[in-house]
Amino acid sequence: MTTTETRAVTVGDKATEHTFGPLTITDIVRYAGASGDMNPLHHDEAAAKAAGFAGIFSIGMFQAGLLATFAANWLGAENVRRFTTRFKEQVWPGDTLTCTGEVTDVHAGDGGSTVEITLTCTRQTGGVAIDGSAEFWLPGPETAEIVRSYT
Amino acid sequence: MPVERGKIREFAKATMSDNQAYQGANPVIPPTFLTTAGFFWQTAESKEAGAHGLDPKRTLHAEQEYIFHGEPPRAGDELTAQARILDRYTKEGRRGGTLTFVETVVEFRDKTGRLVAEQRSTGVQTSHAPKEA
Repeated sequence: MTTTETRAVTVGDKATEHTFGPLTITDIVRYAGASGDMNPLHHDEAAAKAAGFAGIFSIGMFQAGLLATFAANWLGAENVRRFTTRFKEQVWPGDTLTCTGEVTDVHAGDGGSTVEITLTCTRQTGGVAIDGSAEFWLPGPETAEIVRSYT
Repeated sequence: MPVERGKIREFAKATMSDNQAYQGANPVIPPTFLTTAGFFWQTAESKEAGAHGLDPKRTLHAEQEYIFHGEPPRAGDELTAQARILDRYTKEGRRGGTLTFVETVVEFRDKTGRLVAEQRSTGVQTSHAPKEA
């Protein structure tokens, strides 16, 4: 059975926050393999320590990918038109990351609406791991609407 | 670069997504999926041509951006990627030392030559080895 939810998107709307983790070394290694980034600093403890780090740490693009997962679940994977992240703090095994997002602009165009959002991915310490912004194009002639199907 | 269904599924799982858009017969790519292009499809020759001269031991990833000109690519699409350096500049760091920034872009085109996606990256080389903040 499919349930479809439709509602208008307006400036100031916030996504329901989502938490990932605690992240394990296995989670980081799975991302390393899937992305192809086999830099040893992210899976080889001895290599990370030899380079002056406390131990292995996460791949920046892993937390960027988690923030992208969050944003795509909110506004639709097919609808993304821009996704921008800035890397602020390193993420370590054991960290729990919380993703939040807010709509900053909605404007009509191309038979739909362009929705601008800000995105933040925060560690359990309160420190921001990454922040960013994104643009989604949502179909709908008047106001942007989120249409999500649950199966 | 062929956009592959199994690779999309693997990438979605690795980024902890259960979004149905990445499943099924004709999935769309996740927003950061094109990062895989450089690791699996870029040739050694192309990497050398695109070398920006920063020391990897002292270089941090500062920013990453994906731009999609229309709906993101889907499994079955065949893309051609071309990388180039956009800008290179230096800034004085807050704690002394010079920071060197390099911005690169990878343009992804479909079989007709249409620009469908761009990946923009900014790397920064510090004067000293990066330490834990």
